Amino acid sequence: MSANENGSAQMTGAQIVLQALSDQGVDHIFGYPGGAVLPIYDELFQQDQVEHVLVRHEQGAVHAAEGYARSTGKVGVVLVTSGPGATNAVTGLTDALMDSIPVVCITGQVPTHLIGNDAFQECDTVGITRPCTKHNYLVKDVDQLAEVLHEAFYVARSGRPGPVVVDIPKDIQFMTGSYKGVSNSQHKSYVPPQQGDQAAIEAAVDLMINAKKPLFYTGGGVINAGPAASESLRELVRMSGYPITSTLMGLGSYPASDKQWLGMLGMHGTFEANNAMHDCDVMICIGARFDDRITGRLDAFSPESKKIHVDVDPSSINKNVHVDVPIVGDCAFVIDQLIEAWKAKNPSLDKTAHARWWDQIDTWRDRKCLHYRKKSDVIMPQYAIERLFALTRDHDTYITTEVGQHQMWAAQFFHFDEPNRWMTSGGLGTMGYGIPAAVGVQMAHRDSLVIDIAGEASVLMTMQEISTAVQYDLPIKIFILNNEYMGMVRQWQELLHGGRYSHSYSEALPDFVKLAEAYRAVGIRAEKPAELDDAILEMIKTPKPVIFDCVVDKQANCFPMIPSGEAHNNMLLGDDVTGDDIEKAITEEGKVMV
Amino acid sequence: MGQPGSAYSLEKPEEALEAHTISVLVDNEPGVLARVIGLFSGRGYNIESLTVSETEHEAHLSRITVVTTGTPMVIEQIKHQLDRLVPVHSVIDLTVAGETIERELALVKVAGVGEKRVEALRLAEAFRAQVIDASLEHFVFQITGRQSKIEQFVVLMAPLGLIEVCRTGVAAIGRGPERM
Ligand SMILES: Cc1ncc(C[n+]2csc(CCOP(=O)(O)OP(=O)(O)O)c2C)c(N)n1
Ligand SMILES: [Mg+2]
Repeated sequence: MSANENGSAQMTGAQIVLQALSDQGVDHIFGYPGGAVLPIYDELFQQDQVEHVLVRHEQGAVHAAEGYARSTGKVGVVLVTSGPGATNAVTGLTDALMDSIPVVCITGQVPTHLIGNDAFQECDTVGITRPCTKHNYLVKDVDQLAEVLHEAFYVARSGRPGPVVVDIPKDIQFMTGSYKGVSNSQHKSYVPPQQGDQAAIEAAVDLMINAKKPLFYTGGGVINAGPAASESLRELVRMSGYPITSTLMGLGSYPASDKQWLGMLGMHGTFEANNAMHDCDVMICIGARFDDRITGRLDAFSPESKKIHVDVDPSSINKNVHVDVPIVGDCAFVIDQLIEAWKAKNPSLDKTAHARWWDQIDTWRDRKCLHYRKKSDVIMPQYAIERLFALTRDHDTYITTEVGQHQMWAAQFFHFDEPNRWMTSGGLGTMGYGIPAAVGVQMAHRDSLVIDIAGEASVLMTMQEISTAVQYDLPIKIFILNNEYMGMVRQWQELLHGGRYSHSYSEALPDFVKLAEAYRAVGIRAEKPAELDDAILEMIKTPKPVIFDCVVDKQANCFPMIPSGEAHNNMLLGDDVTGDDIEKAITEEGKVMV
Repeated sequence: MGQPGSAYSLEKPEEALEAHTISVLVDNEPGVLARVIGLFSGRGYNIESLTVSETEHEAHLSRITVVTTGTPMVIEQIKHQLDRLVPVHSVIDLTVAGETIERELALVKVAGVGEKRVEALRLAEAFRAQVIDASLEHFVFQITGRQSKIEQFVVLMAPLGLIEVCRTGVAAIGRGPERM
């Protein structure tokens, strides 16, 4: 390194990468080497500021970075090679885009003069990742590399966060150029909003204080806005006394143990949350996006309510559902503005109407929609999650999941009182997310209890990341609800396809205990309800990665459920569902939907 | 306002489609057009016409003019989605922003002899099209104007020996002294 006349340091592209990472405060990156990133790996070798975690598959690198990002609020960083390294990362990038997770993914590229030549391990990385990133760059000038990297971090974390790819040809990594530090100047074109429009805030608060049947509906945006936003949300909700529900992505921003909490809403949400959504007269949506898992049938979605929608991304507003009071802004600012406006008005609320509303909600709660029948000889999957929750309460716990029934049971039966504790693939629904995400979470929280609540089918998609956990002494726990089925697929086949279980049986499963041992991790199995608690306690106290094979009921279905194409007040509840109900509930049109 | 189409609205939306001319100021960098076009194809929006060129060389800014159709809610979406792209500086819906001027240029090749040739030339004069290439058996006309004028001219040329047409797509700008 040397300084040129105008004071900016001269270094190679690879050195610029490391310098930029360290100036961005990065202390962990998740990656996998290859020809097109060797110069960067060489620099990694010669420093000790940034710790590199070697994953076993590039998809795992991105999920690990996502887990890291979601549990810390920082940007997750990935480093992969060109061609197959980049294409393997695509699922993770798409996942991060759908769930608005800040990730910077550095990809190696063939040298500039070979681009477009079908060179060895060449692929059009910026072309392939354009629709699955928030933004991407191909760096062809080493003097721009530092600026591009800093901009990548800025774009990834600002506004609605998301994944950003920086594709760096190998010759650029070798070339010498000038390094520029982090600048504080405003970006030339990308400047996301912060404060909400004051007139809209006033209009929203007027609706809120005059509501008779109000409801807060919050989402992952509150969590993305940082812990302070969750604090403010608590203040606003408690101040109002209004009920609150949240999406899958928003769990934890409001404490599940609080009396105003109605549980999650949506396709597998609670009876009380969905009915309250349907019947409310003022809906206060903060940091959620009226996704189809949430709204159910659009033309019957909360027909009587006035809707307030706070979102940092204006393209989320009025996309699926018409909103009466849109507020474009960062939740962290807007919630505080709402609190201030509320206090300034010193409102006298309609106590009688609210008491009636809570009475109504209590009758829905009394329906006990999450009730299931326990069995003495078989572990019910819901019971397994209940015990896992009970036995981990006193620990500093983080939960990741795979995708399927177990994910929904985890959302229903594991309760979160804090944000950033729950990492799940919501938008994309990526099986294989949980293990690598747990690796990322544990990397950031070495002493915490990190559990992947898994299905036996999902875990096999990224099982090799247990090897990463073993290498780095990351004592993650993979808690498999083993029902020997792709349970969620089996459930839909039962409900929609006449019980023809086409290719949804998990045939030829490995012995998960032996598999754990083969990876030099620890395997534990529980088959009977009576042995479950002891087995879970043993898992918790094991200071190594564990695969827990929890053998559960094979036929259990996940309820409540709003069948596709149905309205919120037309839910299927668990204990009373008969074949006849199901046939009546699911229309031919409903079947075409996902 | 009704609901737009989605996986969960069973009925087809019956809202009328509107045509809007949208002007997008972008950094002239590699891939920026692919981003805009990819956005339209990926989200199923229509492109009726698209015009792109660098308009401010020092600032490396290009202006993209896109004519699109959709329900009012979809048009809103298109504008927000465009605005969200990192290299996009501004998005103006010229159709609602006030009075705008829209022009298109077309090159129209017509071949023929005798009466038809004379008629083609006569119509070209009436439309104020210029002859920019000619031989004894063909003309290339250059015509500028609103899209409807060009449509009409092309229709009239069809029976007179129309060979091919090349159109630039719409360029549009607001009336008056203000900048967009
Ligand atoms: C990568 C990927 N492929 C396919 C699917 C479709 N899918 C959703 S749930 C599911 C079954 C998951 O089975 P398992 O992991 O055993 O969980 P369970 O539902 O049994 O709890 C499948 C195949 C998906 N979500 N992700
Ligand atoms: Mg299963």
